[in-house]
Amino acid sequence: MGIRFVLMVNKQGQTRLAQYYEWLTLEERRALEGEIVRKCLARTEQQCSFVEHRNYKIVYRRYASLFFLVGVDNDENELAILEFIHLLVETMDRHFGNVCELDIMFHLEKAHFMLEEMVMNGCIVETSKANILAPIQLMDKTS
Amino acid sequence: MAMHGMRGLSVFISDIRNCSNKEQERLRVDKELGNIRTRFKNEKGLTPYEKKKYVWKMLYVHMLGYDVDFGHMEAVSLISAPKYPEKQVGYIVTSCLLNENHDFLRLAINTVRNDIIGRNETFQCLALTMVGNIGGREFAESLAPDVQKLLLSSSCRPLVRKKAALCLLRLYRKNPDVVNVDGWADRMAQLLDERDLGVLTSSMSLFVALVSNNHEAYWTCLPKCVKILERLARNQDVPQEYTYYGIPSPWLQVKTMRALQYFPTIEDPNTRRVLFEVLQRILMGTDVVKNVNKNNASHAVLFEALALVMHLDAEKEMMSQCVALLGKFIAVREPNIRYLGLENMTRMLMVTDVQDIIKRYQAQIIASLKDPDISIRRRALDLLYGMCDVSNAKDIVEELLQYLSTADFAMREELSLKAAILAEKFAPDLSWYVNVILQLIDKAGDFISDDIWFRVVQFVTNNEDLQPYAAAKAREYLDKPAVHETMVKVSAYILGEFGHLLARRPGCSPKEIFNVIHEKHPTVSTSTIPILLSAYAKILMHTHPPDPELRNQIWAIFNKYESCIDVEIQQRAAEYFAMSRKGDALMDILAEMPKFPERQSALIKKAEDAEIDAAEQSAIKLRAQQQMSNALVVTNQSPANETPPPPVNQLGLVKMPSISSNLDHSSADQTLSVANGTLTTVDPQPPSADLLADILGPLAIEGPPGAAVQSEHNVVSEMEGVPNVADGAAIVPVGEETNSLQPIGNIAERFHALCLKDSGVLYEDPYIQIGIKAEWRAHHGRLVLFLGNKNTSPLVSVQALILPPAHLKVELSLVPETIPPRAQVQCPLEVVNLRPSRDVAVLDFSYKFGTNMVNVKLRLPAVLNKFLQPIPVSAEEFFPQWRSLSGPPLKLQEVVRGVRPLPLLEMANQLNCCRLMICPGLDPNPNNLVASTTFYSESTRAMLCLVRIETDPADRTQLRVTIASGDPTLTFELKEFIKEQLIDIPVAPHGPGPATPLTPAPTPAAAPPASLAVQPTAANDPGALLAGLL
Repeated sequence: MGIRFVLMVNKQGQTRLAQYYEWLTLEERRALEGEIVRKCLARTEQQCSFVEHRNYKIVYRRYASLFFLVGVDNDENELAILEFIHLLVETMDRHFGNVCELDIMFHLEKAHFMLEEMVMNGCIVETSKANILAPIQLMDKTS
Repeated sequence: MAMHGMRGLSVFISDIRNCSNKEQERLRVDKELGNIRTRFKNEKGLTPYEKKKYVWKMLYVHMLGYDVDFGHMEAVSLISAPKYPEKQVGYIVTSCLLNENHDFLRLAINTVRNDIIGRNETFQCLALTMVGNIGGREFAESLAPDVQKLLLSSSCRPLVRKKAALCLLRLYRKNPDVVNVDGWADRMAQLLDERDLGVLTSSMSLFVALVSNNHEAYWTCLPKCVKILERLARNQDVPQEYTYYGIPSPWLQVKTMRALQYFPTIEDPNTRRVLFEVLQRILMGTDVVKNVNKNNASHAVLFEALALVMHLDAEKEMMSQCVALLGKFIAVREPNIRYLGLENMTRMLMVTDVQDIIKRYQAQIIASLKDPDISIRRRALDLLYGMCDVSNAKDIVEELLQYLSTADFAMREELSLKAAILAEKFAPDLSWYVNVILQLIDKAGDFISDDIWFRVVQFVTNNEDLQPYAAAKAREYLDKPAVHETMVKVSAYILGEFGHLLARRPGCSPKEIFNVIHEKHPTVSTSTIPILLSAYAKILMHTHPPDPELRNQIWAIFNKYESCIDVEIQQRAAEYFAMSRKGDALMDILAEMPKFPERQSALIKKAEDAEIDAAEQSAIKLRAQQQMSNALVVTNQSPANETPPPPVNQLGLVKMPSISSNLDHSSADQTLSVANGTLTTVDPQPPSADLLADILGPLAIEGPPGAAVQSEHNVVSEMEGVPNVADGAAIVPVGEETNSLQPIGNIAERFHALCLKDSGVLYEDPYIQIGIKAEWRAHHGRLVLFLGNKNTSPLVSVQALILPPAHLKVELSLVPETIPPRAQVQCPLEVVNLRPSRDVAVLDFSYKFGTNMVNVKLRLPAVLNKFLQPIPVSAEEFFPQWRSLSGPPLKLQEVVRGVRPLPLLEMANQLNCCRLMICPGLDPNPNNLVASTTFYSESTRAMLCLVRIETDPADRTQLRVTIASGDPTLTFELKEFIKEQLIDIPVAPHGPGPATPLTPAPTPAAAPPASLAVQPTAANDPGALLAGLL
């Protein structure tokens, strides 16, 4: 399937955005977020960006206080996902201008809109920033 | 932006953010949910804006991890709102909150369908996205044709078609029987001609799903994929928006190459040539550049190209190019590239003729086994395991063994299992194999399941040349000070059977062999005793000329166990005793064990089974799959159940020419079990019931055998009447806001309970619970601290420090700084006891919750009695020892007053709980107790301690205690320890005021807290103290 979930978590382990592409119960999600946050946040800059967890991998990247964690199947191309995270950040950056944790926190709906334009059912739909942002801009204009 | 921003939502988010603790957050969330619930109830008054705002709040609360069990209907109803902003929220929130089987979704199907077939393309997009994310069967049934139509429609814009492609993918994957894809090859080919890269990207995902299911149908699409790749690689007609750091959509390139890996081969020479040109350019033209993102993106493409080249099994030259590239990668500093280099090299092992080239990088791979990053270490281990064969097994296995001593716990089990499998599969000779397994048992006994040592016994029994070597090795290991119980088992078995082959060597007379085995006797659990008894019987038989002294000694042991509660032990003891009186007839009955029927290594079989379950792609699985297909990408449809051919068993080749197939296997098992049926009655060397079951049955790689032992202790120690000793200032929680936090339960009581049992709660307050679980073996202890966050927000600034007393070596593994909400963190703790002392290790633990800084100092139950092992002694053993330890400082006596009056039986129980074994009948006076135990520490090693307590039936508050051991400090410390257990100490001087356990720390308490010494002694120098006493 490719991408199983996208999580944004800050240094303190607080979830700022969670999008799952497979159904998990609340308890499963809480447990999963706890486990992977514990595993990934403890790692140093000198360690690689891939962590094996249960039967899948987490590809993660840190931007200032925010961690982007993407759960993928074992055979997924890790570097492609790593750069996909960056593409997501660049896209948010283009919209918010110098995006920071608070932008995502207070504009959760927009973060969701963007992610929704980029990933669908665990697959990448779109990688052009202009195309990704078009619906949001349209909405900003009309409302 | 401000215009459609939702103020209420922002205020709520900001309120949540300002909550200083989890409780406040929960209150705020509950309040909000209550509010939303009421507002939803009188829905008439709600504007679409309000509805939208509330639904977003619900999503926010859901993301925080709270259950939102209402309002789903409102979210779904927003889908049918006429305006885009409301509709959009309805679709997005519905797909986050509901799963595909939710009843409410059914209500929305009509609206969704209307949106999909309607003219408004923004509505179409929303509807397609939601169905693409959570659409189930009913959606597939009613929508699939419409979605297909949209995807192929020429009048539809790309923004709709790209979503239609992925929507169709979902419907097809979930319900392949409903979505008809017959004849889709032509349509797919048409789609792959698409110029728009967005549509192409999502169509490629759909294509991968279709082709992975049935590549035969899509041959015509293959050239199209190559064409796309060529277009991207040559950067023709790629809009700027789709190039990423100068690289034409790396994601589409990767996906296209992935699709190509589902075709077994490329027949058309032209297509093949074009493809290989492109691949060659990627392989050779990817340079390392400074920009991280560009570098990652180009390497993402490169690694996919490598995978495709490997899959297509190109010419030898290109393959060696790939290996050379990977060889370069595994040596670079950049950890991501190193990781991927190792991972892809493991995949490369599937291509048979590159294995020799990969071996050139063995040194580098072994170096990666010591990388600080566990992700990389795991890849290295997997690769080494996969690349191991007869030629390099010695080197690799020896490296694994060496690494085992320093490896972290997370990897030890896997390491030892893999080393054991490789040693068995590829052993150049059997003595090496035996040597490796004995080393494994020595270094990681806890992880060596019984089946591994059973296998050693089988090989040794079946190979005469091996027997003297194995016996000599076993004899060597028994000389070590601390021997793992598994080692005792295997050594006793081998020495019993083959010890006589060593007869002329120094230190190997029957008596000496008996002594060295019997020395371990006090430390072993019941499962080992039967093996020891068999060994003794065999030793006795092999003693020529008969040695009456040895015989009496062994008979005494048999006698002792004739009344053992364990039936297996009792039967063996009784039968051996009876048989050994028969003299020469013994020879026939106790003859050497017959050869074992050969069988497939259960260990390897088990490993293979486990691999099939484990989702992790490891080398063995890859290799197994290689036998079935050469497709690199493993799809869900691949027939994973097919059993791989049995591995070439080197060991089998040495002495056992054929490998039993599964059929032979079962019949062989039957023969053996029949043979054993008679064995149990006649042959005095029957494998125990467990042993038999384990040899024959499917093997479970079991956890450490300590568990069983531990549970026994628990049974013994589940006794009330824990010594009522009050605590000094041992527990001193300090806090910035000390009065805001009250521990739950009595810390001192918890500590005392844990002194007598091995698992339980050490500390608890409203935020955290610290549990402990311990295993003790000789002078080693392994404790695991379980730090459990009880709240829904994280505990931060978590710190744990151990303040060890001088006699303990304590190593605490890394404690995470943050404990996530409702999570439990495990921190293993290794303890080594250097010498006898009653001082206590202290855990200095602190964390922050909101603004509360909490600091507690907790005594760790790594106390003297944990290093004791009860041991029964007979009168013949006791009295000579008692007499030889004639007086101070090795034997100390003291009259103790102020004893808590206890019935004798209860006192005996209490000593038992402290792992002092009461030996009834040794003291003729029924008012006295005699007990024995073994104490373990690095300086004293295993040392026998004898205890005698004389009570006065007329005055139960006083008694006389006598302790003897071979070490003056130990004697003193043990005496004081026993006094502590028996004396009723008045409630400790807490000073005036309420004696709450929560007193602010008067000092930083760097030194370990005062131990529970009865008298204020200078406990640090027991020697001096002793001198004073004497």
